[in-house]
Amino acid sequence: MELSNERLAYLSLMREIEDFYYAEADMLDERDYDKWLALFADDVRYWMPIRKNVAFDNLARETTAEDDIAWIDDDKATLVKRVKQLMTGFHWAEEPISRVSHVVTNIRLTEAVTTIAEGATATVKSRFLIYRNRLETETDILVGRREDMLRRKGETFEVTRRKILIEQSVLRAKNLTVFF
Amino acid sequence: MSTPLGSAKSLVDTDNGEISREIFVNHDLYKQELEQIFGRAWLFVGHESQIPKSGDFFSSKMGEESVILTRDRAGKIHVFLNSCRHRGMKVCRYDEGNTTNFICPYHAWSYTTDGRLVGVQDYDNLYRPPFDKGEWGLVEVAQLANFHGTIWATWDKNAPSFEDYLGEATFGLAGALRAWDGSDGETELLGSVQKWIVPNNWKFIAENFAGDNLHVVSHRSVEMVGIGPGSNGRRDDYGEAKRAAYPGGHGIVYSLVPPKKTFVQYSASPVTSDYFQERWEKRLEKLGDQAGIFPLIGTIFPNMSFHGQQPRTLLLAHPRGPQETEMWRFYFVDKGAPAEVKEFLRRYYIRYSGPAGMTEQDDMENWNYASSASDGLIARRHPYHYKAGLGRGGKDPVIPGHVTTKEAPGTEQNPRALYKRWAEFMDAPSWDALR
Repeated sequence: MELSNERLAYLSLMREIEDFYYAEADMLDERDYDKWLALFADDVRYWMPIRKNVAFDNLARETTAEDDIAWIDDDKATLVKRVKQLMTGFHWAEEPISRVSHVVTNIRLTEAVTTIAEGATATVKSRFLIYRNRLETETDILVGRREDMLRRKGETFEVTRRKILIEQSVLRAKNLTVFF
Repeated sequence: MSTPLGSAKSLVDTDNGEISREIFVNHDLYKQELEQIFGRAWLFVGHESQIPKSGDFFSSKMGEESVILTRDRAGKIHVFLNSCRHRGMKVCRYDEGNTTNFICPYHAWSYTTDGRLVGVQDYDNLYRPPFDKGEWGLVEVAQLANFHGTIWATWDKNAPSFEDYLGEATFGLAGALRAWDGSDGETELLGSVQKWIVPNNWKFIAENFAGDNLHVVSHRSVEMVGIGPGSNGRRDDYGEAKRAAYPGGHGIVYSLVPPKKTFVQYSASPVTSDYFQERWEKRLEKLGDQAGIFPLIGTIFPNMSFHGQQPRTLLLAHPRGPQETEMWRFYFVDKGAPAEVKEFLRRYYIRYSGPAGMTEQDDMENWNYASSASDGLIARRHPYHYKAGLGRGGKDPVIPGHVTTKEAPGTEQNPRALYKRWAEFMDAPSWDALR
């Protein structure tokens, strides 16, 4: 079967985006945080709203709004501080370090595009499964969805916005010291 | 009354500052706490700004049990046990919303927002003689109080009034809930509540916020990094601290700012900083000599804590077992603050507190493994040490309560007062013995 050039361009773009996310997961799990921070635009919003139990006719309030309390609502400066905190050696919640694996899957471009031009953006959805184990038996499994705005930057992308939806209302983890 | 291990007083020796680990790990003591403490103390349920309109509701908890905070058609606030009188189903499984009736999804009994049973399936046919629906409304708390917008309730009709329950701590809680310019009732919750589960006894949280001034090493990393509203440390300058303990088990740490000083708050955001400066000047006019007194942190016995200055939050530590607690963080702001100020504060609050809070994360690691390392057979034989500042402090000219100032800043007097009251509750057969 012959693939059209358009189809090939799309598949090539998807592979590039998948590679971007797989590389990101390795940076996090190998604690290569400086490289990881460089994936984010200086004006990034890294936002993890809270999920609530609401009635069928009140679903608009199922996820907290942009000006409401969230689990996390960071700008780049705060992300940099979180990384600095992890690297102090005195951040007891991650000292000794946790063992973490990020599984990223269900990667989808939401728009029908085959290329992203320099400086242009595209929305990419994905699922995450983050396994964290620390000390002896303490274990958390965090599962959810991400919606990123990626901006083309030369041979790679930068994340200009990340929305993280975790599939829990009462959080079952004692803290959120992992990145999503 | 005595606990499964003898009197609670024998486990809590606050005169010598030694407290048995059993009270943090023992299952039988935990069950007794639910009855003796959570069954009769005044408990924080929510804030009136969560239910501004008739029919609004917010699902809360008292001890381990689910309750509904709601406002009826006449505008009156109620707190009900969230359990159908017919077969116990939760009549409300939503965190919040607005409704005319709570309709049970099991057998369709329905209740109005003032708790009356109004709908029973096939009522005319099935019940001969008809039963009195008036006697089968939702179970309501025995007493409810609205204190500067915060809603409190108790299951015990013999409990004293909420202000008597607070005693001299009324001064501190009222101060914490004031708007920044010193006016009453002009604060509101900043949106939704964070809820998460921590693997430790609830009392670690209560004592931490009552005033544990020795746990600074917990926050070493965040102090190094600087997340405060002036970009360094955890907070801007908050003045000289004074610790006050109260016989009701409450503990508050006050900060005192000299009235004439320009008071720099939230210095990383000029708009926010200007707002607080302008409010500070109004506060000086309104409160005079008292203007510089800010309740910084505190715990109202048993399980409600607050940050009254920077950041501004309320915290509930709901018990779920001797080694498990559900934490709820509510954030609050001046109602009239400009949107830009609220936005700056929102981001600061949640990078400080909550499960992703760069300060709170390290507390939870410590509470977790302090709890679990106290559970062993040998561990339980050795009491905890609460001797810092024993015998220090006394009356203060400005702050009510038993106050310790600079002479012993690390005093553990506030946790000692909390556990003294804890033992009194555990041993007392009724409220008459607690007055």
